Amino acid sequence: MNAGAPVLEVRDLTKSYGGVRAVDGVSFDVAAGELLALIGPNGAGKSTCFNIVNGQLRPDAGAVRLGGRVITGLPPRRIAALGVGRTFQVAAVFGSMTAAQNVQTALAAARGGTFDLWRPARRLGREQALDLLAQTGMAAQADRPASTLAYGDVKRLELAMALAGEPRLLLMDEPTAGMAGTERREMIALVQALTRARGLAVLFTEHSMDVVFGHADRVIVLARGRLIANGGVDEVRRDPLVREVYLGGAPTEARP
Amino acid sequence: MSLDSLLFQAVNGLASASGLFLVAAGLSIIFGVTRIVNMAHGSFYMLGLYLAVTLAPALSPWIGGAAGFWGGILVATLAVALLGALVEMVLLRRLYRAPELYQLLATFALLLVISDAVLFLWGPEDILGPRAPGLSGAVDLLGRRLPQYDLFLALAGPAVLLGLHLLLRRTRFGRLIRAATQDREMVAALGINEALLFTAVFALGAGVAGLGGALQMAREPANLAIDLSVLGDAFVVVVVGGMGSISGAYLAAVLVAEVKALCTALGVVDIAGYAFNMSRLTLVAEFLVMALVLILRPHGLFGRPQPPATTRARAEPAPAPLGRRGAVLVLVAVALFAAVPLIGQFFAYAPVLALDMVIAALFAASLHFIMGPGGMASFGHAAYFGLGAYGAAFAATRLGAPTPLAFAMGIGTAAMGATLFGWFCVRLEGVYFAMLTLAFAQIVWSIVYQWEEVTGGSNGMFGVWPQAPFDEPAGLYLAALAVTLAGLFLIRRVVFAPFGFALRAGRDSSLRAEASGIPVARVRWLAFALAGTLCGAAGALFAFAKGSISPEAISVGRSIDGLVMVLLGGVQSLMGPVLGAGGFTLLQDMVMRETDYWRALLGAVILAVVLLFPSGIAGGLRRAGNAR
Amino acid sequence: MRPTSLSRSRFFRTALFGAAALVAGLLVDTVPGRAAEPIRIGELNSYKSQPAFLDPYRKGMQLALDQVNAAGGVLGRPLELIARDDGGNPGDAVRAAEELVTREKVDLITGTFLSHVGLAVADYAKRRKVFFLAAEPLTDKLTWSDGNRYTFRLRPSTYMQVAMLLPAATAAKRKRWALVYPNYEYGQSAAETFKTLLKAAQPDVEIVAEQATPLGKIDAGAVTQAIADAKPDAVFNVLFGPDLARFVREANTRGALDGAFVVSLLSGEPEYLDPLKDETPAGWVVTGYPWYAIPTPEHKAFLDAYQAAYGDHPRLGSIVGYTTIKSIAAGIEKAGSTDTEKLVAAFSGLAVDGPFGPFTFRASDHQATLGAYVGTLGVKEGRGVMLDPVYVDGASVLPSDAETAKLRPAAD
Repeated sequence: MNAGAPVLEVRDLTKSYGGVRAVDGVSFDVAAGELLALIGPNGAGKSTCFNIVNGQLRPDAGAVRLGGRVITGLPPRRIAALGVGRTFQVAAVFGSMTAAQNVQTALAAARGGTFDLWRPARRLGREQALDLLAQTGMAAQADRPASTLAYGDVKRLELAMALAGEPRLLLMDEPTAGMAGTERREMIALVQALTRARGLAVLFTEHSMDVVFGHADRVIVLARGRLIANGGVDEVRRDPLVREVYLGGAPTEARP
Repeated sequence: MSLDSLLFQAVNGLASASGLFLVAAGLSIIFGVTRIVNMAHGSFYMLGLYLAVTLAPALSPWIGGAAGFWGGILVATLAVALLGALVEMVLLRRLYRAPELYQLLATFALLLVISDAVLFLWGPEDILGPRAPGLSGAVDLLGRRLPQYDLFLALAGPAVLLGLHLLLRRTRFGRLIRAATQDREMVAALGINEALLFTAVFALGAGVAGLGGALQMAREPANLAIDLSVLGDAFVVVVVGGMGSISGAYLAAVLVAEVKALCTALGVVDIAGYAFNMSRLTLVAEFLVMALVLILRPHGLFGRPQPPATTRARAEPAPAPLGRRGAVLVLVAVALFAAVPLIGQFFAYAPVLALDMVIAALFAASLHFIMGPGGMASFGHAAYFGLGAYGAAFAATRLGAPTPLAFAMGIGTAAMGATLFGWFCVRLEGVYFAMLTLAFAQIVWSIVYQWEEVTGGSNGMFGVWPQAPFDEPAGLYLAALAVTLAGLFLIRRVVFAPFGFALRAGRDSSLRAEASGIPVARVRWLAFALAGTLCGAAGALFAFAKGSISPEAISVGRSIDGLVMVLLGGVQSLMGPVLGAGGFTLLQDMVMRETDYWRALLGAVILAVVLLFPSGIAGGLRRAGNAR
Repeated sequence: MRPTSLSRSRFFRTALFGAAALVAGLLVDTVPGRAAEPIRIGELNSYKSQPAFLDPYRKGMQLALDQVNAAGGVLGRPLELIARDDGGNPGDAVRAAEELVTREKVDLITGTFLSHVGLAVADYAKRRKVFFLAAEPLTDKLTWSDGNRYTFRLRPSTYMQVAMLLPAATAAKRKRWALVYPNYEYGQSAAETFKTLLKAAQPDVEIVAEQATPLGKIDAGAVTQAIADAKPDAVFNVLFGPDLARFVREANTRGALDGAFVVSLLSGEPEYLDPLKDETPAGWVVTGYPWYAIPTPEHKAFLDAYQAAYGDHPRLGSIVGYTTIKSIAAGIEKAGSTDTEKLVAAFSGLAVDGPFGPFTFRASDHQATLGAYVGTLGVKEGRGVMLDPVYVDGASVLPSDAETAKLRPAAD
């Protein structure tokens, strides 16, 4: 893949629910090594957009391409196998396993080892799992049951699991939701560092503006299902339309 | 077959639909709020009927025939509601913190106790209640006579539906119930007295069931078999309608009743020159309807996806690998079981009982594999037990296959069945999964029950004795022990292999698992097929151990036995189902021999275990070990 | 009470000891006493699943047992009954039989009610070479297609009961028949036998409706209506128990069987007739047991003894239980031993005197020639009764020994 080509290309996505266009002709790209924030008020269509890219939803029209290949409508696990990692707004991990086993399970899945019925899983991929946990700052928690982890640690664990598939693209739905100030900044700094180190493309949604404007390389803004801004942090911050939507605009949830 | 007669049968069906609806509505309300799969629901219905047939004649001399009849129904309804409240307060309230489905175990025990209590109080003979004064005649309709009481029932169903609807929509109590149905934690967070709400809901559900039973006084005799027969119907109706949806339950009741009425009305029909008696389909009509509805609409007609059960949020502890002490214990147990034939020379019955325990252990362990690590509680696991048994029996007797080959063919039959049905089932979640497995099991049962030429029909097959060297008790026992140990070992390997982790991953969070590239449905499918295959091995052993096989091996009762064994032993450890199976088999053997009221005793023991060890015998053992 | 973890662990230890003690108890063999060693009769039956029939059955057995033992037992030894619940299914039944044979060391086994349980136990008896007297299962297979050397049966079979009703059915000279039966082997084979026998006797009959209803779950309104719509002038009924009560009440209310001639299996047995009370369908020709109308001295003696012992009237189950024990006593007496082979030899052609009079166990198919009463239902003082009951000797409706041999390919 040449460096300049975008990892993710989204073209003219449209999705309606009962006559209401939740996403309306949205197009954007994410390049390798780029941290792209997707923002917008509640009900702007962020989650819908996200879930279409992830494969959980099928768009009415439009295309999603990953590294030039059309992935529109593929199920999430196929998209995952093509190199898309994902974290959820409410972090989801496997509560009955230790942190390391969570990552080991994700590693096994990424390597096509899910249907291994015989070899003990205990040692399989353990080294690499510990390595990933170390990268996300979870080394000390490796052998604790996931159900006993603090919420911030669950988010880090989920990130480690998302990285297990060696993704080209990372989709993060509110990576810092539910975290306190310092923790939040640490988390996004970690994501930023990993993006740079691995040459990842990251698309994330976020509510907290300090995270967005402090760390994103580029920001796209959705309102009422439409893309209203796409550009650098400062450019978007100054955009009058964005200011209106965020500061003084009509409520975006209620649509005629 | 005229149009008139079809139309008349349709009206007829509405009366039956009302009866079905009343049992189902109570079950739906209780499940919606408390998430309890109430196995004792049919018992409430039965109690309502027994109380009514006793009270109505007793009250009549005092307050007159009509007042006695309706007064009897009213008092019976209230009494059953009161009993429901009592059961919730004394028993179930202690179990809300226990893992999911433990309430099932408790209510199953209750079913056993109530059935013996009714036998004790009312005796074994059927009691036919009085007809409804003033409604004992018939009205003319379409040139036929429709009993007035049927007309009354046909209207009573919608009336109760309307009443419940108003209760749920217009009252504070109703709003609370609806809120709790959608989000239990929100209700708790709002500072509402949850305990009181649950008691009230349980009383309401039990009362509606009691009313359903009491109203049948004019149509059917009170008898000891209705608790179970009604329970199955109630589950079907609730699930077809969509859990928690009262109007869905009514629609489903109408659908089921009308399909049955149609089968009855059609009678013998010619299909491609072959005479087929449609009335024979009434045996299984409701389950055919349920399977079809669930395949097309995975949450029933009016159901919505269930919010994830709150108990699941507390993650289950992982099955722990054996420690050194555990390994020693297991070795000792294996050695003891292997030595049973030696004792057998002195205690001839020991190998017989031990053989049953070993077979039960494999049956329960295979169920546990999908229920524990897979999070899929099957209510129809007996289907694969039965397929294995029938496959082996057919191969051994009709095809004359040597014992090992017949055994393999039994396993193959079960594997094919589990692979086929599993494909449909694994797409569903929770109770809907459970009910689709139940529907398939009932369909298999009814085919086996009626396909006289191949399966021997209701009598089953006999003369399925194994050949040498398995014809000696010790030979068969050791072979069964080896098969079971191999099965347990295989399950153990799989649970601790990446596949086992992927299976648990799908249970813990299917969203996360899919996002990590785990094909959850396919993982579940393979697990289901594997469990069915192992269960088939247990079934094939069973056929050889008994020398005969009958449709009971596929019945709901056996599926429930499996659930009871797993829950009794404990879901969280791999040893749980083995202990549960052994304990249950031993216990059943002892109580059946020692007492007349063995069902009540069995129920009481299960209740004691549930209350003392809310996480099963294995959990209790582990805790006792830690306490020392 | 909420036990603390300490008391819980103590409880647990106690429970463990208790369990160990129970297991030990399980293993301890009963050591038979030396003096006047009793003859041990192993009995298994579906007490829990069929209490309406088996409660009186147990009483009948006990009465016979007391009488035999009061008279000095058999071969100078008392009879001892060891009864077990068979769980209503063949799996548990075979285990119970194994337990009786291996642990309790019984001399023979008897009992069973359900056909499939009876067949499974019979097959077990054949394999383990144990003498088995099946008391009640009705299936024809037990003595014919799957009959075996070690199995005998007391109660009249499905075929015999149907054949007993045939004279009345043909005498009615009806052309349009409807059949209603529970959808399992008993109902199916009764219906098949009836069709075959009826068509042989009356070739021009037409079967206008055939309703096979799920056992215990009949949708009575729909079924009676479907039968009425077929406009039969006669009905053959095999329903019993709760299904029968529902069917009768619906048929009465709807007038569905008005004018139709009905013959009905077993409906005259008090177990099924008593609950109908004043709704008993008058005019039905049935098989059954009219305990109130049997004037013979042997029945009178039985009836008096039974009522004196239990303060209640006997049911058919009482007769079967009583006669079972009497048959066993007679068989052992004749064999002079409890040896299985000698018992088999003794039962072949064994003559027994019971409350219904004398009968024999046929050597050809091991079926007892015990008969049943056929009569017409009526209502008397609010109770259902059989009017003008006639005893039909089982021997009169059984095929000849030569025909029987063809029906019994597997035996011996």
